[in-house]
Amino acid sequence: MNSLMEVCCDKCTHTPTTPCDKYIACRTEGPLCHDDASCKEKVQTRLKQVVIAPESGLKQVLICAGSGCISSGSRKVDAALEAELAKQGLADKVKITVTGCHGFCEQGPIFIVEPEGTFYCRVQPEDVPELVEKALGKGELVDRLLYKEPITGEKVRHYQDIPFYKKQQRNVLRNCGHIDPENMEEYIARDGYKGFVKALTMSPLEVIEDVKKSGLRGRGGAGFSTGQKWEFASKSPGDEKYVVCNADEGDPGAFMDRSVLEGDPHAVIEGMLVAGYAIGANNGVIYVRAEYPLAIKRLKVAIDQASACGVLGDNVLNSGFDFHLKIKAGAGAFVCGEETALMASVEGKRGMPRVRPPFPAVKGLWDKPTNINNVETYANVPAILRRGSEWYAGLGTERSKGTKVFALTGKVNNTGLAEVPMGVTLREIIFDIGGGIQNGKEFKAVQIGGPSGGCLPKEMLDLPVDYDSLIKVGAMVGSGGLVTMDETTCMVDIARFFLNFTQKESCGKCTPCREGTKRMLEILTRITKGQGKAGDIETLERLAKNIQATSLCGLGQTAPNPILTTLKYFRHEYEAHINEKRCPAGACSALLTYRIDSEKCVGCGACAKACPVNCISGELKKPYRIDASQCIKCGTCMDKCKFGAVIKG
Amino acid sequence: MSCQCAVEDGLQPDPKEIKLGEILAKYKQQKGALIPVLQETQEVYGYLPAEVLRRISFELKIPLSKVYGVVTFYAQFHLNPRGRNIVRVCLGTACHVRGGAKILETIQKELGIEDGQTSEDLRYTLESIACIGACGLAPVIMVNEDTHGRLTPDKLGKILAQYE
Repeated sequence: MNSLMEVCCDKCTHTPTTPCDKYIACRTEGPLCHDDASCKEKVQTRLKQVVIAPESGLKQVLICAGSGCISSGSRKVDAALEAELAKQGLADKVKITVTGCHGFCEQGPIFIVEPEGTFYCRVQPEDVPELVEKALGKGELVDRLLYKEPITGEKVRHYQDIPFYKKQQRNVLRNCGHIDPENMEEYIARDGYKGFVKALTMSPLEVIEDVKKSGLRGRGGAGFSTGQKWEFASKSPGDEKYVVCNADEGDPGAFMDRSVLEGDPHAVIEGMLVAGYAIGANNGVIYVRAEYPLAIKRLKVAIDQASACGVLGDNVLNSGFDFHLKIKAGAGAFVCGEETALMASVEGKRGMPRVRPPFPAVKGLWDKPTNINNVETYANVPAILRRGSEWYAGLGTERSKGTKVFALTGKVNNTGLAEVPMGVTLREIIFDIGGGIQNGKEFKAVQIGGPSGGCLPKEMLDLPVDYDSLIKVGAMVGSGGLVTMDETTCMVDIARFFLNFTQKESCGKCTPCREGTKRMLEILTRITKGQGKAGDIETLERLAKNIQATSLCGLGQTAPNPILTTLKYFRHEYEAHINEKRCPAGACSALLTYRIDSEKCVGCGACAKACPVNCISGELKKPYRIDASQCIKCGTCMDKCKFGAVIKG
Repeated sequence: MSCQCAVEDGLQPDPKEIKLGEILAKYKQQKGALIPVLQETQEVYGYLPAEVLRRISFELKIPLSKVYGVVTFYAQFHLNPRGRNIVRVCLGTACHVRGGAKILETIQKELGIEDGQTSEDLRYTLESIACIGACGLAPVIMVNEDTHGRLTPDKLGKILAQYE
């Protein structure tokens, strides 16, 4: 038996054309269709090969092949590993599993040795012979490749002990980095599709009730109750309904959906199956961003596998329920993350939002009742069914249940994905999991929730992160992007950056968003160039409030959030730009001057050689000087100087 | 209805046109097929030439104005020929905070083209994009399907030179 998905013997009746409601249980506990001890043993033996048991004496290497680790060279590592195992005669003792994202992209390529869970990071092909010989052959540690804790400098052996992972509670990401996403067998071996099988034993209304009781709220931004959303779609009259998965993850700084799709695509399919069964939909569409080719590829593989064994298609698992799933690749428009725009795009039109109501639950895709949730929401569903709504409702806070995946990026030591129960504080995420700010600099602000969210200052670090407390301070959970900034990040520039993004992505349908974002961007650009004038701040505030109140869709309504929050918490930076023509963070190049500290300058001339406009002059071994009137403030001289003699201010 | 004169002249039909015919045949009966048709067509031609759009409009029975509207709405579609290698510079939040603008600037200098332009020898097309979801490796660029992360301006020359 080479796969749990294979039949055990001729007596097995499982084929895709003979669907069976015990199919999933049969794969892991079977065979159930006939009694045969040797068949049972075959299944159990195979199961132990899929999920390596410590007593088996086998080892498993998990190599990350998420987009992050691939770009750090992980595919070369797994090729080298295969060759080296053969060379050292260990090929049948070690199983190589190429996994999806571990969420710790900063340390990639990641190489984990199971069952002990030793974590090696930044592994390159030339490290492989040593790893095979010592770590896999002799069971020794390869000290130099262990993870080094950035603050204490301590080496950590097991990944469970790394502070980045230790404080996390991984439900949605439980399989990411631990299974081969292109092999359905591994998902099944780890309780895959059991939630859906359980749902099939319940009535659709009971499923909806269960999801409502769990308290799950939409993970895509607005945080609406998932159970209620399903209920609306379920109650909507119509024979033809749709289930749509919003995988158009466009927020700059968020990549959890990508990781789930790349690392555990079956979890999303299972969540959609449950939703389809609950609302009575027989067709599903996953709308994936075109920028995620690997996610699209892995989803295709997963859909094919699920269809081949009768988990998708007609009469799924002999339940009488049909479910067909299709992938639609986006074509590069951020606004398509808005649900009505997304559906227009699936229909082959320009992806422009429309007025709601009617909501998609009443009139959605092809004017039929449609339930639309995002990737992470669907990925939460299987565990709710499998482990029960009480279990889920026991996680998180009073009104925000469960765990949420945050994408931790920016000037933080450990960038990556952090899944934590709702209600933990920003400080815990950024300092305990994220390991604090890079290069010992000071934390200044965190932008939470992407371009729709807000910038929160250090006074807010002890704020519990949940839907409601963030809304109160002008930010939002949004998709869960957390971009940390240090003292060198200018808040006016950040607001301008986000506005530049929303302005470009505005679809142009409604005037407040189309014209308003443009005017706000013009003002912000002027301010960062040192051309701000009295009254600008007030105009910005007025525009922002109008745009918030009158835009058609979420994109416009939330576009002013970065401006309003930076104005609220960092107003002094705006004032310094406008009144003193000064950028306190030293980031706005138009407001900077570069000069050379004559005491530190050794006269090596490196800066003068590098200057693109030849405005640095001097004699060798004597202090150089910069002609400020010619300087284009590119900062090249500062990068080149090895003596810290170039000063920006 | 495609032009028959090439066949009459005894010339070989254009293989790209044959492929386009196959794409259209595959999607003709499906609703909402315009975007996948455009995506696959662009894969064949590298961009979307005007006469191809006319044929798509005719065969899918969608007015050319609508086809044009869709093409110009989505960032992925291109009306002009593109370079053999597409260099995408990420200017997402994480990359912005970690110096993405400088990466773009350096590449512009290195290739001698601006954001959105194609080099004269059609070797490179340069684009800035909002986020490619590899924030953990910021700043990043993507050349074709390859992601390059943890960049500094001095690494760029070598990376770009790999792509002929």
